[in-house]
Amino acid sequence: MAARTTGPKRPLGPGSLAPDFTLSSTPDQTVALSAFRGRPVILAFYPADWSPVCGDQMALYNEALSEFQRYDAQLLGISVDGVWCHAAFAAARKLHFPLLADFEPKGAVSRRYGVYRTNDGFSERALFVIDGDGIIRWSYVSPVGVNPGADGILRALEALAGERAPT
Amino acid sequence: MSKRGRGGPGGAAALTLPVGERDHIAGPADAPVTLVEYGDYECPHCGHAYPIVKQVRQRMGRRMRFVYRNFPLRESHPHAQHAAEAAEAAGAQGEFWDMHDRLFERQFALDDAYLIEYAGDLGLDVARIRRELESRLYEPRVREDFRSGVASGVNGTPTFFINGVRYDESWEPAPLLAALRRAAAA
Repeated sequence: MAARTTGPKRPLGPGSLAPDFTLSSTPDQTVALSAFRGRPVILAFYPADWSPVCGDQMALYNEALSEFQRYDAQLLGISVDGVWCHAAFAAARKLHFPLLADFEPKGAVSRRYGVYRTNDGFSERALFVIDGDGIIRWSYVSPVGVNPGADGILRALEALAGERAPT
Repeated sequence: MSKRGRGGPGGAAALTLPVGERDHIAGPADAPVTLVEYGDYECPHCGHAYPIVKQVRQRMGRRMRFVYRNFPLRESHPHAQHAAEAAEAAGAQGEFWDMHDRLFERQFALDDAYLIEYAGDLGLDVARIRRELESRLYEPRVREDFRSGVASGVNGTPTFFINGVRYDESWEPAPLLAALRRAAAA
């Protein structure tokens, strides 16, 4: 078998270049991280569609989208689920942001961000806020069973906006 | 009930918007304990918490004041936003808490026709409430509550804050009452 995509042992932290990726968002569409250059991006890695806490977390982010949009930030959800699973989950929860399938090779993007749980076969519940230049500015790994909320994300976006504020 | 985190980095999440004149407050202004709930009228967990909150309010008496803020999860609960606005509209006529109670007691019937009916039952100016709901007069106010919740680390409903610090433990009556008593004694 070909060498598995590997990555750092620890979650990438502030100052690291965010590894670029292209993942499927629907059965016939892909999303590339680099397409969002110039805007902040929130990457929300989560273990799985349908598990109750994730549902809560994604439902919360869905409601908080307008808060993220005030900073012109794009939210991307990522898990190892496949596109059809994501499609059903997004439809059931009426989610208004892309869910990306880190499906093949499984967890490859999650590994590159240092947040893959090899023994479990899914990602940590991990958040990254990436600036318009593609640099990670904030990251946080929550216990898998705990919904991390959105306050940390908002503080990170606020800090980013503050740097650009004097216009 | 405890799938709550200790907030982001930096420990327990704290209330970013202090309790003040804008709030619906039940209980004495000088009470040593302030319990804030972020809730959603259509959320079953909030419905479960509603009689518990009543119970601890009774037990704490004048040592506690209770504040309710809106956190409607609109995509999951299609009636939650309007119900929140109806409570605010009732509040403008001085009957926030009666409407709040009615909504939680009648969680299963929250479409607009019922909201109007409840306003009538409570003896409110129904025409005014109808008008204010149609014009979405209280939408910004409900949004402000929601926004303050997101910024304070509300990660689901209900979320409680005791004296400004998010309460992450069980809110079943015994543990909640114990936590409130500890706060009162602190």
